Formats: sequence, C-alpha cells, structure tokens
Amino acid sequence: MNIHEYQAKAVLKEYGAPVAEGVAIFSADEAEAAAKSLPGPLWVVKSQIHAGGRGKGKFKELSADAKGGVRLAFSLDEVTSNAKEMLGNTLVTKQTGAAGKVVNRLYIEDGADIERELYLSILVDRTVGRPAFVVSTEGGMDIEAVAEETPEKIVTLPIDPEAGVTEADAAKLCDALELTGAAREDGMKLFPILHTAFVEKDMSLLEVNPLIVMKDGHLRVLDAKVSFDGNALFRHPDILELRDVTEEDEKEIEASKYDLAYVALDGDIGCMVNGAGLAMATMDIIKLYGAEPANFLDVGGGASKEKVTAAFKIITSDPNVKGILVNIFGGIMRCDVIAEGVVAAVKEVGLQVPLVVRLEGTNVELGKKIINESGLNVIAADDLDDAAQKIVKAVKGGA
Amino acid sequence: MSILVNKDTKIIVQGLTGKTGTFHTEQALEYYGTKMVAGVHPKKGGETWSSGVDSAASLPIYASVGEAREATGADASVIYVPPAGAGAAIIEAIEAEVPFIVCITEGIPVADMVKVKAKLEKSKSRLLGPNCPGILTPEECKIGIMPGSIFKKGSVGVVSRSGTLTYEAVFQTTNAGLGQTTAVGIGGDPVKGTEFIDVLEMFLADDETQSIIMIGEIGGSAEEDAAQFLKDEAKRGRSKPMAGFIAGRTAPPGRTMGHAGAVISGGKGGAEDKIAAMEAAGIKVSPSPAKLGETLLEVLKG
Repeated sequence: MNIHEYQAKAVLKEYGAPVAEGVAIFSADEAEAAAKSLPGPLWVVKSQIHAGGRGKGKFKELSADAKGGVRLAFSLDEVTSNAKEMLGNTLVTKQTGAAGKVVNRLYIEDGADIERELYLSILVDRTVGRPAFVVSTEGGMDIEAVAEETPEKIVTLPIDPEAGVTEADAAKLCDALELTGAAREDGMKLFPILHTAFVEKDMSLLEVNPLIVMKDGHLRVLDAKVSFDGNALFRHPDILELRDVTEEDEKEIEASKYDLAYVALDGDIGCMVNGAGLAMATMDIIKLYGAEPANFLDVGGGASKEKVTAAFKIITSDPNVKGILVNIFGGIMRCDVIAEGVVAAVKEVGLQVPLVVRLEGTNVELGKKIINESGLNVIAADDLDDAAQKIVKAVKGGA
Repeated sequence: MSILVNKDTKIIVQGLTGKTGTFHTEQALEYYGTKMVAGVHPKKGGETWSSGVDSAASLPIYASVGEAREATGADASVIYVPPAGAGAAIIEAIEAEVPFIVCITEGIPVADMVKVKAKLEKSKSRLLGPNCPGILTPEECKIGIMPGSIFKKGSVGVVSRSGTLTYEAVFQTTNAGLGQTTAVGIGGDPVKGTEFIDVLEMFLADDETQSIIMIGEIGGSAEEDAAQFLKDEAKRGRSKPMAGFIAGRTAPPGRTMGHAGAVISGGKGGAEDKIAAMEAAGIKVSPSPAKLGETLLEVLKG
C-alpha cells in the first residue's frame, strides 16, 4: 500500500527524522491559513499523488508552459494562486501514464536552502534476505538513470536484522554520502531512525529523494515515498487509515474486497486464472498470439463460488474487454467450483463477449459437464495453447 | 533416486487441525501412503486427528514440534499455519532442528521472513517456501498441495517459483511420456528458504534425473544467479538437458503480480533479461507455457 508524501513525512517525524514543517490542504481556501502557520518567506506547494516525477510533470488542463506539480511561492498570494491552479487538475508525470492523476490534495511546506541533494532508500534486498540501504551522492534525480549511467555512485549496505544499524554501518553510510560536520552528526542519528521506522512499520520501500544538506549544514528529509507490505497491514491499523482509495483503480479496490489479486491493464482480453504464475503466463500467451490482456487476475487456490462470481463481474465491468479467457489448472482449486461460479455469474450479469474456458486438474470432468449443461455460449478449449488461440481468434475475428 | 523426499520421509504437520491442513493431509495419506506421522497444535496436545475420508487413518497431536519430533523421529515438517503465525511456526521447527521444513502458507509479512532467514542461516535446517505448493516424488511422497494425479514416475526434475506452472510442467512431461523424479515448488515470495541453485545442484547430482525443467518469473535475480551457477558447473563438466519458461513478459513494471516477489522494480527483474541469461546458460526457454513438454523433447532429441 502506498501513502502520500505528507503522510510519509508525518510517520517519519514520529520517529524523530528531520522534516520541514508543513500543512496538507484539500481546497484553495485553506492555502493562505496554511502558509501563514509556517515560517516563510519561502513556501513549496506540492501536489500529493501516488506517483513520482511530480516536479517535472505537466497539468493536462493548463498550457504547456505552465509550471509543474511542485512549485515555489515567494508570497502568501502566490501560495493561493498556485493552489487554485493545481487543485482539481490532472497531473501527468513519467510514472502516471498518459491518463495522469487528479490532484485532490496539496502539501504546503516550509522552503529550504539546499546545499547538496543526496539519495537514500531502504528496501529488502532479496538476494541476502535483509533490509538494505541504497545511497548515492547523486540525489534529486531519477535513481534508475544514475544506476544506468554511473552505477559506481550507488552504494548498497545490507543490515543484520538482529544487530540493527551499528555505528560502523552508520559511519559507512556517512562516508558514502560524503557527510561531514553537522550533517555527519545528523546522519549518525538519522540512519538508525529510518531503519527502525522501516522495520517497525513493515515498510516495503522507504525512499528519500532527495535527502538534503542545507546551507546551515544540517540534514533534512526533503521528499519521502513510503510503501507498506500489504501482508503486514493487519498489524498496523494506524497505517491502514492512511489509505487513499481515490488513488486506486476502482476495479482493483473491488477485487481487494474479495481478496483477489487483480491488476488492470490496457488490452481487451479479460483473464481469470488460478495461480499467479499461470495468470502471468496466460497474459504472455495471449500476447504471443497477437492480442493484449485486459488484466491480471489470480482467483487463488481456495476460491469459493462467490469469489469466482465476483471476479467474473469485475472482468465484465471493464468496457475494454472484448473477450474472456478462463484458465484453470485445478490443484487445490476444484474445476467444478470454478464452473459453478462462472455459470452463476453469467446468469446474473449476462454475457456480451466471447468466453473461452479451459479446465484441467481436480474434478475436470465434473467442471466440463457443468459448463456444457448450462446452455451458455461457451467455447471449450483442450489446453492452454488451444484456449489462447481460440480467444484471440474470437476477438480479432470480430465475432 | 529422487531429491529431498522419498518413501521413507516421515512428516509432521503444523496447522493440521485447520480446514486446509486437514484436507491436504488426507490427500497426502491417500497418495501412495505418504508417511504423515503427527500433527502439532499448542492447545490440542494429546488429542487425536482423524481423517474424514479414511476412518482407519488417524494421527497423534503434540503440543510442540519438539515433542512431536522426539516421539516420532520425523525428518520433515509441513506448515499450513495462517500468515500471522506462520513465521513463528517456521522458527519453532528450526529450533526443534527439523531437517526439512516446507511452508505452504501465502501472505507472510516480509519482516517475519527476514527474521526466519537470519535463524535459518545459523541452523542445519532446510526450508522450502513459503508461499509454495510443496514437493512431490511420484509414487513415494507428497508434501504440500500438488495434485498427485498428474504425476508419473520418470526422469525429469521440475523446479518452479509458481505452483500452477509446476502443474503445467508436470502434466506436460507426463503426457510426453517422460515422467518426473521430483517436482519442487520454491515459492513466490521475495525472501524464502530454498533457491533455484540449491535444487539445481541436487538435480545435477541425482543419477535418475536425466533432464530438468526450470520455471521462473519476473522479480529479483534468482534466475540470473541460477544461470550463472549452471554455466560454472558446465565448465566443470556437469550439465543436463534443460528447458525453461519465464512468466511475466507482459507484466507492467512496478506492479506486484499476485506473488509478493513478482514485481519489476527499479528497472530490474524483467523477463527478457532472465530469458537471455537462461538461454546463455544452455537452457531452451519456451516462449509458450503450453509447450514445456514439447520443448524438452526437442532438447532431448538434440
């Protein structure tokens, strides 16, 4: 689960990380009061969306030479005028895709005098199975570009989960970031704090880009991006409250209610599959035969008839879907349960597009019988290859 | 021969009394009499579990893994405990020095697995999973949730990060007349016990395993690491015919595709890099998940 920058900073501030003062607002009327409560004379007005690249992003509704999603303001009037221009408009960045994201929240923050911009993140390094710091002196820019062009400027340091961030670890990070004086003292305190926050809150990513050295020599967390491990949210009700559903795809929200793993995609063939690997492979084989998948959907191992019905409804609610492929290899999942769910869903919501069903594994004969006797217009497939070819043909052939 | 498990493997079940544990234990007992020897439940020690499908089948329940192991001499444990308690269940098995631990549970917090991994490194136990379908040696032993009916005793070693794609590989090699020595599902989580390299090493060393199918997916670099391992071993004269598949060629970057570990992040973990690495190590990678058996037959024919 992702949260907004201002929420991430509030979480980090609880642990004692140095962040600027700021106020989140939902309407332009609140802008002046928000700015007045901060020291000034420089303010930063930041769009709050779950995507990076906001500074260089462009608003769809504004002219091409209008400023981006993160703006400096030198007076209270400028704070308000910027807020009016940004709120309610659609920001398109490198990470949002062409559709962009509507800005419903702004963060008004106290400005900072920047001396140097650094990069810092913590994530679980899967090769060693431990949280690791990734740091670079090249902050404020796209870290993937740094990794591509100057990989030697990125330093990775895994942390022993039983020892935590030792003095030696913190010193290594300070060295890697070339921190001296007050900034070094700040760093020695900050790195253990960030690691503690990462572990205690079950974060999957904590990214500070940039971490800045200010003109007064101190460190500050200037931007913060935090994602949480969805599997651990059950033990963090406080974090769950920070969820902003306006940032998520409606179909994905609906799917999450039924504990279905669903990802919306751009194509026109809807898929319902059991197992994550097979669900990905089904998307791949659709592409292999010249069409594009409309979604990833794993109904899971122990799906009920209700779950299958919900999954089917979510797929058919996508107006781009011109055909549906159901691909089940029953291990734990019984084919008759899938068949009953599909039949029930079709009876409830109707079927306007071609449907190809491939069943294999546990209770396959019973599953096929249920489909055949339902009287539904279903195209049966013998194997995965046959299924993919049949659905692509049905959709491309304009059937 | 087979790897890791055979007809003599004695298995205890952590999480036996739940619906999932019960169902799959019944299935295991029915599969060529897999030696399930006991269950573990902290509050039900001393009770007896009875199979719902075979009235003659029952298992004693012990209050801890340690007690169960002492009483039965079990050499493996399978875990069906729900995600919130599964990390602790694995640690209990490690502390009881169970040699082989298989964790089926999906959805364990990564932080819990980080703790497990740290314990595991200091122990002699081997962990398979979590978030995996388990392991099966045809006609001998079934640990986990794989459907026994699609297997056939034979010569192919199967190793996969995905459960249902393991079934595809097994089914296709059965239909191709090859059969399997052992199928191993290593699981879809980012932090796990056994990796590709561990299993490949065992398949290379096993005389009966004459060829190998390896199925990976997007995320991480385990496939690239495995490819490097195979290249190094080939230089030492150890190699076997291999076919493979990578799921997720069409997956968008930055999105987690069902499995917690299946995500392309920071420009890394994409399918094409993995396919290139595997091809360079001599594995014939099938573009279609429906042609795993066919691809392996082609490799075997030369």
